[in-house]
Amino acid sequence: MNLIDKLALYLQYPFVQYALIVGILIALCSSLLGVTLVLKRFSFIGDGLSHVAFGAMAVAAVLNLTNDMPLVLLITLIAAVLLLRTGQNTKIHGDAAIAMISVSSLAIGYLLMNLFATSANLSGDVCSTLFGSTSILTLTQTEVWLCVILSVLAIAAFVLFYNKIFAVTFDETFARATGTRAGMYNLILSVIVAVIIVLAMNLVGSLLISALVIFPALSAMRVFKTFKSVTVCSAIVSVLCALLGILVSILAGTPVGSTIVAADILGFILFTIIGKIGGKYQ
Amino acid sequence: MALLTCTDLALGYDGQEILRGLNFSVAQGDYLCIVGENGSGKSTLMKTLLGLMAPVSGEILTGDGLMPNQIGYLPQQTAVQRDFPASVQEIVLSGCLSRCGLRPFYSRQNKASAKAAMEKLHIAHLSRRCYRELSGGQQQRVLLARALCATQALLLLDEPVTGLDPAAAADFYRMVNELNHADKITIIMVSHDIRTALANASHILHIGDTVFFGTVQEYLGSRVGQIFTQQGGMQDESY
Repeated sequence: MNLIDKLALYLQYPFVQYALIVGILIALCSSLLGVTLVLKRFSFIGDGLSHVAFGAMAVAAVLNLTNDMPLVLLITLIAAVLLLRTGQNTKIHGDAAIAMISVSSLAIGYLLMNLFATSANLSGDVCSTLFGSTSILTLTQTEVWLCVILSVLAIAAFVLFYNKIFAVTFDETFARATGTRAGMYNLILSVIVAVIIVLAMNLVGSLLISALVIFPALSAMRVFKTFKSVTVCSAIVSVLCALLGILVSILAGTPVGSTIVAADILGFILFTIIGKIGGKYQ
Repeated sequence: MALLTCTDLALGYDGQEILRGLNFSVAQGDYLCIVGENGSGKSTLMKTLLGLMAPVSGEILTGDGLMPNQIGYLPQQTAVQRDFPASVQEIVLSGCLSRCGLRPFYSRQNKASAKAAMEKLHIAHLSRRCYRELSGGQQQRVLLARALCATQALLLLDEPVTGLDPAAAADFYRMVNELNHADKITIIMVSHDIRTALANASHILHIGDTVFFGTVQEYLGSRVGQIFTQQGGMQDESY
């Protein structure tokens, strides 16, 4: 009873409500994309892009920008477009390109922050960008609205282009050959990915974003076997895990990002077991 | 007017020619097999015909009302597809995508043509099954059904029986024959299997150091054809 009372009390605070809204929306968006990214063998793009966003944040901090969102979004967007483009035919291939961009922006970001430190608590700043800060609990109303609008746009784009995304993911060559503009859909996909990564930085930090992208999709794929059911299931799993993670972290005072990821890991283990048992009875 | 005409076509990557002097045409209802040694440029020719690559020089003309994107394609399977969670129906329907234009979802008509394609290839009962759990032969039928959704005019098949056991391969060839004879669908097939090519095709395009194009009878009478079929036969016996 005590726990529920405590929870009810917390839920009355606007900052907790904001955190829940933002957390759930981001979890939903990232899981929708996760299915495609995992299948396209781009699981690590979340990691790479979030490091780029980290570097961009460092640049914004050095320039003393109060609102770093537009710059970070722009730089991440460009990186996303470049990375997903390299998928087909370039000298440096997908995984190597991601690794290269990811580590270099991490290094340069940290370097810049060290050289031009603006705040006294440098390692605290770096740590909170990497592992997600408590900033999800200090969101302003404007930030919440921005997040809501961007996530709704991302979800709408995903639904509208669902069939095209499926075709391009399953067989890009066939899609191209029969006149689907695969390049354009890859571009749309990378734009959505970049937007979601920048949003999710607040929630789980740049080191843990990959978990948000890949775990729900991987869990769903243990059990379900059609693209639609995998997508729907991964969205549900992701939202539930995010909800659970945020509530636990509020009650137990644990870091938000790592608690959500821990919930995702539990979900994955659960689904793996279900998949194994279900597979036996088929 | 032929469905597809290639004149003085030269192929290659990054402007580097790997094959030149291709002249051939495909008429409605033809069954053309493209044969040649490994590395002679068969797959490059396929990609060029599909518009995935630009030719180095020469031109590809389409006629008889065939639009460049009305070519159905059966690609070689990729690693991604082997563990892709998708139902047969989802994959076959995705063949209709180019007809959707800007419309975000499939129409009832699209779904009907997907169903018809599945029935034609005898995979309707599998429509809810997961693609990756099917046998190799069944998977090829699914991809063939998808190609039929994209077009009723011209199918390009790239080494379609690779990895199939002999019974499934024979079954697949029978299916393609049926599409060619009964539905008058034009077939262009890249093949390793020279014997089946000679048995089923109406025309042969041999590419390599010497290029040959003509009917199967003409090919058997030609010097390049005699050499290649003998080699093919010898290879078969050594297995």
